[in-house]
Amino acid sequence: MGHVHRSYLANFRQQRHKIVSGQSAERMMDTLLAANSLAEFLQTQTIPVCGCPIDATTAMVLAAIVHVALVGAWFGLPAGLFIWAERKVSARIQDRLGPTRTGGRFGWLQSLADGVKLIQKEDLVPADADGLMFRLAPYIVVVASFAAYMVLPFSDGWSALGLDVGLFLAFAILSLEVLGVILAGYSSGSKWALFGAIRESAQMVSYEIPMAICALCPIVTAGTLNLTEVAQLQGGGVWNWNILHPFNFFAFFVYFTCATASCKRAPFDLAEAESELVAGFLTEYSGMRWSFFFLAEYASMFLVSGLATVLFLGGWDDGFGVLGVVKANAGSFVANALGLVIFLKKASLLVCVQIWVRWTLPRLRIDQVMTTCLKYLIPIACVLFAGAVAYPLALAKMSGKTSIMGGPSGGRIAQPSRVGAESVRLPGVAAAERSGR
Amino acid sequence: MSVETLLFWLFAILTCGGAISVAVSESVVRMAFSLVLCLGSVAVMFLLLGADFVGATQLMVYVGGTVVLLVFGIMLTATGPFTKIKSSGADAILSGLVGVIFLFIVSTTVTAVRWDDVSQRVAVGAHQKAASHGFNPEQQGNTTRPLGLSFLSIRADRDLKLSAGGDANGVASLSSGYLLPFEIVSIHLLVVLVGASYLARAKRRAATSQ
Repeated sequence: MGHVHRSYLANFRQQRHKIVSGQSAERMMDTLLAANSLAEFLQTQTIPVCGCPIDATTAMVLAAIVHVALVGAWFGLPAGLFIWAERKVSARIQDRLGPTRTGGRFGWLQSLADGVKLIQKEDLVPADADGLMFRLAPYIVVVASFAAYMVLPFSDGWSALGLDVGLFLAFAILSLEVLGVILAGYSSGSKWALFGAIRESAQMVSYEIPMAICALCPIVTAGTLNLTEVAQLQGGGVWNWNILHPFNFFAFFVYFTCATASCKRAPFDLAEAESELVAGFLTEYSGMRWSFFFLAEYASMFLVSGLATVLFLGGWDDGFGVLGVVKANAGSFVANALGLVIFLKKASLLVCVQIWVRWTLPRLRIDQVMTTCLKYLIPIACVLFAGAVAYPLALAKMSGKTSIMGGPSGGRIAQPSRVGAESVRLPGVAAAERSGR
Repeated sequence: MSVETLLFWLFAILTCGGAISVAVSESVVRMAFSLVLCLGSVAVMFLLLGADFVGATQLMVYVGGTVVLLVFGIMLTATGPFTKIKSSGADAILSGLVGVIFLFIVSTTVTAVRWDDVSQRVAVGAHQKAASHGFNPEQQGNTTRPLGLSFLSIRADRDLKLSAGGDANGVASLSSGYLLPFEIVSIHLLVVLVGASYLARAKRRAATSQ
């Protein structure tokens, strides 16, 4: 398929000079779909005014701007949407109506109104605060949760970076978020902020451990850290999803609990417990800087839900093989667009569960939060990880297959065929081949 | 100037600027932030070189781990609101001398290397990376397995390149891999854990006996 596209693109490049002017939109769309990347597509185009071709560097910079804008939209849009959802869901749970008038009947524009209000507020810095650090801290949090979107695949191949260490890089970037929280609390020059920051950082650092161990369980099943591949391996049907693997099933719930805690969401929102700590590390913040923390919180809520979707819930797979039929009949672009919708639905559903939990579960005490993590979740996560490793081995011993259902991830054997590597010749394999298997 | 070169210079300047700022600044929190800038830029350099795993590890271990621990330590041990470290003139001269000597050692070492060979080797590596591009054939995953196998003394990058025949019996000999360093690091970590728990326990026992 890729080869066909590439030759089509080459043809198109040859024809480029013939159709400098009067390019129809349809023809442009065709080239866009044929190109392997946006930069490649831009190189086939010309600048409208002067008609001169776009060179490789300019095309790369333009493509980078488009990619950053797209990922940036995914940082901002879910935040606005989920803040509205939070208001509506919490209102319904508490038998209220929530916003009803801003922007029509359902209060669609409430988040926008919030944003306008917050921008108008004065940008305060307390006299005791370390001004530079106080101003910088919100940006660290925002950058940390924004940058992790780089490796999240929204559909088959639709990720900004298809890295082989995708999940690892995502967790590494997410672990920077705690730094912004600590700096915010420390530089505020306030006791409440300092207490809040200490609680928050202790909680976030502790919950990272079981979260990472639980995320490793589906990684063991898939055998790759590349998030696109992890999702690809679950394609084809609901029986291939990692969550149906017995140990991954429990790992999903432990992961989701830890993810909720690492997003500072209730019932783990001790740092912002307004009844005991004023507002934790946010005490001295107001206006846009305050809202940056919340934008980052909602963005990382969506991010950890997206990771859960990719790792456990099949990513963009619909579960009944519909996507495969669409891909065969309508092409991979339409299938990818449909996959994007499915992925967003799944991730948004998980975010809604987080909202639901927040408004129905009472808050834990700080010692209970730490006990839950250190005494219960870490041992549970370790046992689940050991089980996820042992389960396919035990199945292979008994039935010769590594999963009950079969499917791409179950029947998969390691076939390292990197560039320059012809075949695996491990001693056991060689002996087996000689004996005629 | 290509985009990579531009990014390299940007992050090289950030690395050096962060490092200088750590040495010059007096406020401990600002030092910590400069350290984040410095170490994070080094991680980006690794990513620019195509060493994704090393870059992510640099971020996770140094920026997300060590610096957080450092700042956490400051927050818990500081007596005043903002801890300051002021160095005397003699300190500045002494540490400056050490810094200059170290810079001399490093720069002579770096200039002594023949970089022509290395740049050719890097070019080969870059070609291989472009060939795999993160979207590998669907039947295989090639990140965790080679890493894990190399810790068990099977080097996927070397051993898999052996000719299909192997020796007379059809068995290929394997390279040593990283089993020994891995075990040494494991034992080192175990010793650190035992030591930490011993220190924590000794204090509590002294407190209860009084």
